[in-house]
Amino acid sequence: MDFQLSEDQRALRRGLRDVLEGRFGRDALRAAVDEPRIDRKLWRALGDAGFFALCLPEDAGGVGLSLPEAVLAFEEAGRVLLPGPAVATFLAAGEVAGAAEGTTVVTAVGGPFVPWLEEADAVRGDAAGAVAVRSVDPLTPLHRVQDDGEAQDPRAVLLLAAEQLGSAARTCEAAVQYAQDREQFGGPVGRFQAVQHLCADMLVRAELARVAVYAAAVTEDPLEAAGAKLLADDAAARNARDCLQVHGGMGFTWESDVHLHLKRAWVRARLGGTAARAEEELAAAL
Amino acid sequence: MDLTYTEEEEAFREGLRAWLADVLPKLPAKPSPDDWPGRRAYDTAWQRTLHDAGYGEVHWDASPTRRLIFLEETEKAGAPYVGANFVGLLHAGPTIASEGTPEQRERWLPPVLRGDEVWCQGFSEPDAGSDLASLRTRAWRDGDDYVVSGSKIWTSHAEVADWCELLVRTTPVSDEVPKHRGITWLAMPMDAAGITVRPLRTLAGSAEFAEVFLDDVRVPVGNRVGAENDGWRVTMVTLSFERGTAFVGEVVACRRLLGELAREARANGRWDDAVLRRGLGRLSAEFAALWRLTQWNVSEAQRTGGVPGTGGSVFKLRYSHARQELYDMAAEVLGPGALDADRPWTLERLSSLSYTIAAGTSQIQRNIVAERILGLPKGR
Repeated sequence: MDFQLSEDQRALRRGLRDVLEGRFGRDALRAAVDEPRIDRKLWRALGDAGFFALCLPEDAGGVGLSLPEAVLAFEEAGRVLLPGPAVATFLAAGEVAGAAEGTTVVTAVGGPFVPWLEEADAVRGDAAGAVAVRSVDPLTPLHRVQDDGEAQDPRAVLLLAAEQLGSAARTCEAAVQYAQDREQFGGPVGRFQAVQHLCADMLVRAELARVAVYAAAVTEDPLEAAGAKLLADDAAARNARDCLQVHGGMGFTWESDVHLHLKRAWVRARLGGTAARAEEELAAAL
Repeated sequence: MDLTYTEEEEAFREGLRAWLADVLPKLPAKPSPDDWPGRRAYDTAWQRTLHDAGYGEVHWDASPTRRLIFLEETEKAGAPYVGANFVGLLHAGPTIASEGTPEQRERWLPPVLRGDEVWCQGFSEPDAGSDLASLRTRAWRDGDDYVVSGSKIWTSHAEVADWCELLVRTTPVSDEVPKHRGITWLAMPMDAAGITVRPLRTLAGSAEFAEVFLDDVRVPVGNRVGAENDGWRVTMVTLSFERGTAFVGEVVACRRLLGELAREARANGRWDDAVLRRGLGRLSAEFAALWRLTQWNVSEAQRTGGVPGTGGSVFKLRYSHARQELYDMAAEVLGPGALDADRPWTLERLSSLSYTIAAGTSQIQRNIVAERILGLPKGR
């Protein structure tokens, strides 16, 4: 047993972080908020970096890696709040032409919603009669559809959970950074235990979600993926709220990035099936 | 990320399972919780059985993965806990192994491994709990002895222990000597004159701890482990053993309890309550993740040469709260039975209230996480 990242996995994560932070830094994020659309050049750059073809076999033009590498990739996507239906495109690689290369943007019905329906080149699932809603998340346009009640693809559940994990870890870091920089009463607010304990609880949530997501990627057990999604949803949404709290009044502003993490966390929590369903599945297995 | 065990580890697991299946049915009945001599005899006999079968040193195994497998399999099989051997095997023993002289190791370690001698811990004091380094029990040199006076608290097994790993102040705190610098680690024989043990009754009704009063107790200088005034560093070596694989058996036990709660709820009709079912489902995800976190921390310890990292604080924070939530859930499953003190889960629910306090309160753990992992300034 060696339940830690291998050297290759660390290198992969570093490489993807460089690509994502280089191509989708803070300026790009805020530009996307002002004008939400899928950046086709970024999408193709991710395709060139092998992001969408990570789990395709090498003889099919893919990278030939497995789910653990995929969750590391989506964790990085979650950190930077990458806009677009990345999970659906990833799962369409090898099945929808151009998905693996990032030239075709594929979205999918997830529960009662389809994200990015108007921008996507292809949609999987039945989006008939889809009605646009004004999405709470400025970076995820949403359409309502009839929820078919079908169980979600466990891989989609897991990759959404990985994005939630990335977001949860990022908001923990952002809270710690702000607590070190922001000074009140003659010093950084991060010296107060009341603030420290919020941050500590954020780390605990993120780290518990991390091992749950990673383990579910190794075992490929749908039930373990459902449990990981529960913990990751919780970590992402609650960490974003605590991060907001640590940021004080600034956290309540549009110009702060914290609300973008919170809103996306709410969207992802809905897209992978409800918490109620996951909890019932886990209970039934007891 | 690899969750498979090596062939050697699987062989160790198989051998252990077979041995447990053979030996456990022959164990005598468990003594009652209030029967301290009986508990000591039972626990030490189990350690002797382990020792004779070659498992006596398993807690000191250089491989954290083998320790994990041992704790997992013994818990699954319902084997006895480490019990009265806890301090000897997991605190004092590792400290002596790491910091003691060859003579001290020869004197104290084999009797612990054979189950011949029991240790207790004299660290906390009425005025030194979370702030352990402020301890005030004094020791003066008098010839070849230290003369010790003061009091200790939360000492488990004090009534039946042979030895006490004792922290004493040998140099008073001053402008030149900070509180961490004047502490010394002593092995105190519990039959020495001047020791008074007074059991402490917990809110669960049983006497799990004791207060230990020390009145001019003479401890030979040769019983000092490490240098005089270096006891804090010596102690930190000990405390690090409390993390890492410390709660492996407990997580296994919690996951089994979840199954028992589901069975009971299905039998008594509480299962029809969706809120209760969903709560059990969420706890199942929590404890599955805590098991994975254990494997993660053990793998990390394996890579870094056996020193548990600060990941132990992350684990302990979530585990101790999750286990309390688990017993609250048990009360929901029992319904009115939750007020019946003769139901086992009721007593365990009461005992679980200590988990967020013992071995570092949740607040102290959060301080550790904030300062040592997140790098926030020293708290106030």
